[in-house]
Amino acid sequence: MTDHTASAAALSADGMPLKRSLNRALRRQKLRAFVLIAPLLVFVLFTFLAPIGDMLFRSVENQIVSETLPRTVKALADWDPASDAPPGEAAFRALGHDLVIAVERKTHTRLGSRLNYEASGMSSLLRSTGRDVEDIGEDVSAALGALDPAWTEAATWVDLLADPAWIAEQAAWSASGNRSGEPAFRLSDTASSALPDTAEIYGSFARITQQENDRSPTRQDPWHLVAITLVEEITATPSAAQAFQGDHALRLAAIAQADLPATDFVAAFGASNDRWATPTPWAVIAMYSAPYTPGYFLNAVDLGKTPDGIAPRPVEEQVYILLFLRTMWLSLTITGLCLLLGYPVAWLLANLPSRQANLLMILVLLPFWTSLLVRTSAWKVLLQRQGVINDVLVWIGLISDDGRLVMINNQLGTIIAMTHILLPFMILPLYSVMKTIPGTYMRAAKSLGANDWSAFWRVYFPQSVPGIAAGSILVFILAIGYYITPELMGGARGVFISNRIAYHIGTSLNWGLAAALGTILLLVVLVLYWVYDRFVGVKNVKFG
Amino acid sequence: MSLPVYATPLQRIWHVTFRVLCGLIFFFLVAPILVIIPLSFNAQDFFTFTPEMLRLDPAGFSLKHYDDFFNNPDWRLPLINSLSIAPVAMLIAVGLGTLAAIGLSQSHVPFKGAIMAILISPMIVPLVISAAGMYFFYSRIGLQGTYWGVVLAHAALGTPFVIITVTATLVGFDRSLTRAAASLGAGPLRTFFKVQMPLILPGVVAGGLFAFITSFDEVVVVIFLGAPGDKTLPWQMFTGLREQISPTILAAATVLVTVSILLLITLELLRRRSERLRGLTPA
Repeated sequence: MTDHTASAAALSADGMPLKRSLNRALRRQKLRAFVLIAPLLVFVLFTFLAPIGDMLFRSVENQIVSETLPRTVKALADWDPASDAPPGEAAFRALGHDLVIAVERKTHTRLGSRLNYEASGMSSLLRSTGRDVEDIGEDVSAALGALDPAWTEAATWVDLLADPAWIAEQAAWSASGNRSGEPAFRLSDTASSALPDTAEIYGSFARITQQENDRSPTRQDPWHLVAITLVEEITATPSAAQAFQGDHALRLAAIAQADLPATDFVAAFGASNDRWATPTPWAVIAMYSAPYTPGYFLNAVDLGKTPDGIAPRPVEEQVYILLFLRTMWLSLTITGLCLLLGYPVAWLLANLPSRQANLLMILVLLPFWTSLLVRTSAWKVLLQRQGVINDVLVWIGLISDDGRLVMINNQLGTIIAMTHILLPFMILPLYSVMKTIPGTYMRAAKSLGANDWSAFWRVYFPQSVPGIAAGSILVFILAIGYYITPELMGGARGVFISNRIAYHIGTSLNWGLAAALGTILLLVVLVLYWVYDRFVGVKNVKFG
Repeated sequence: MSLPVYATPLQRIWHVTFRVLCGLIFFFLVAPILVIIPLSFNAQDFFTFTPEMLRLDPAGFSLKHYDDFFNNPDWRLPLINSLSIAPVAMLIAVGLGTLAAIGLSQSHVPFKGAIMAILISPMIVPLVISAAGMYFFYSRIGLQGTYWGVVLAHAALGTPFVIITVTATLVGFDRSLTRAAASLGAGPLRTFFKVQMPLILPGVVAGGLFAFITSFDEVVVVIFLGAPGDKTLPWQMFTGLREQISPTILAAATVLVTVSILLLITLELLRRRSERLRGLTPA
């Protein structure tokens, strides 16, 4: 029989070619497996991976500057931050606009805290100028009022700039006696095309008045900024007045003829704070105006952006490299101690008759199963100055009563407690590897003339190396991300990078830096995990 | 392991020294946990043994810290919160985790390695990083500071344990049993509940216990995600340890140690049952 006839003959019971039938069965099996896995996959994606992704995003995200100061960012685009002079008048004017809006929205303090991470003093600078910026142009409003008292009435502005349809809707709403749900403000087409700048700024004013302050633009005097913009716009293009009718046309023409002086934003900013006359604050805004920034990562490794490029931070602000090194060093010490204490115990457990070994195993499993907080509290109680260990040492006369040892709130406390907490994670993998090493090898080595030491070192030890690797990587991965125990036992000098991450989230509110530090730590752990998976295999993880 | 009769004196000394060393290490492992049990019965507000206690004088002992633990709202509410979060988180973790483990144990699963890595990742990523990410993300979607935020987070942290334990029992599961059930006319659901479930039950229960204890002991995520009114027992202990340490914490710790011992016994019984059942199934 040839191959050809064989494959033609292979039909399944329902007359379908066997290959297709098998493929279909395989597809169905894959589909079934997928349906079983999918719910958990979706769950983990939503509850766990999305948060991690959010953290990665926040470590580079920097939209706050371009969102709060859009005009300034644009105006600073062609200014050279390395130059010795502050930017031109346009930038001051743009910042004036942005700040008035930001102050109304109360976002300028948040921006101040954000920029303060990069250059100290920015927060107070924005705060103080934020207080003054709303008064810029007070004289222009007054001059307008002197020209025609109608400018002091909110209704004049609404009538000039709002969509007539909106005015009608607003009037109907106002007559209905409703307290909430005023129709959203709309600009008139005439105003938008004839006086685009004024219309834009008045539109922001009306929206913010409605949304943030819950007031009606028909009852609120517009910002001085609206007056400034109107005066400048109509002085530059007097013909715009012709687009309007009746009183409006006359009033606008009167402004154009009055030739009111332009507002000097540079002088106004200089009067508020003389630092605006230097390029420094502008350089900070320009440098952090991109929507994504490596700034947090640079900060996390003690670097910072300067106009001259990336440079180390001032020495007194360099903390993170040291903290990373300390975290690594303490984790290594703890891993080493765990190995030192775990190896003999694992050996004993693997070589005792199973009855005794099972009994002793309970002594390993009990701490393994006991709450982390319980074990940390136990050590905190034991290691206190007035605690049990100091009491015993005094009682047996090893130390004097006033020479009690300080074993808490320092690195020693962290090391002791964490070694105790992580020791079972070293013993269990070591034990499961040692259990598979036949005792006959050692005996064979000895019968061939090896002494105890060389039989152990050259025969037994090499076979236990996989267990050492598994246990050490596991303990190191766990140790490097510890938070609770260092927080409670470490004091100032025994804290880990995790504690700094928690501090930036909860206390300093520098979330971007916390996210950048977390991302670096996550990368370290993932590399170690990859190594662990390569050499040990995740599937071989066992508990108890 | 016992020393041969021809051992040299040096070998004897080493043998004894080694055992003493191991004894000391075992002492290091359990003593800190065991020592807090008698301390929790202290009649004084001290963290050390009083002379009365050392004389075993009944006056030196009292249950007042336990009284405080069970009656003071500062401790009772966290206990209730913990007990209302952990079981729900456990049920979610066990339900989703068991299904996924069964799916993963099928013979043809595309991207098995990648899926496994994703599902195990909550166990690998340091807690403070998970907590930070969850804090950021859950704030966006309004889950931060809610009961369900904490429950979902704890369920996510518990699922890897369920997957690992259930997968381990499924390795020893004989697939011909489900085929036999199917050939005898049982539908897929009936096969699952009558044949497969009883055999993998020890793994499911063990995974459930792990998921429970993960949630019950968890403190980092709950500090970030929990509302002040949802304070759990570990959170209360953490606050107590950081601020003003009160001896009631020893009573709380003793109660938790008792829970751990009960869990340990349950798991050991489950392991024996699983071994017995495996012995009955043909290899």
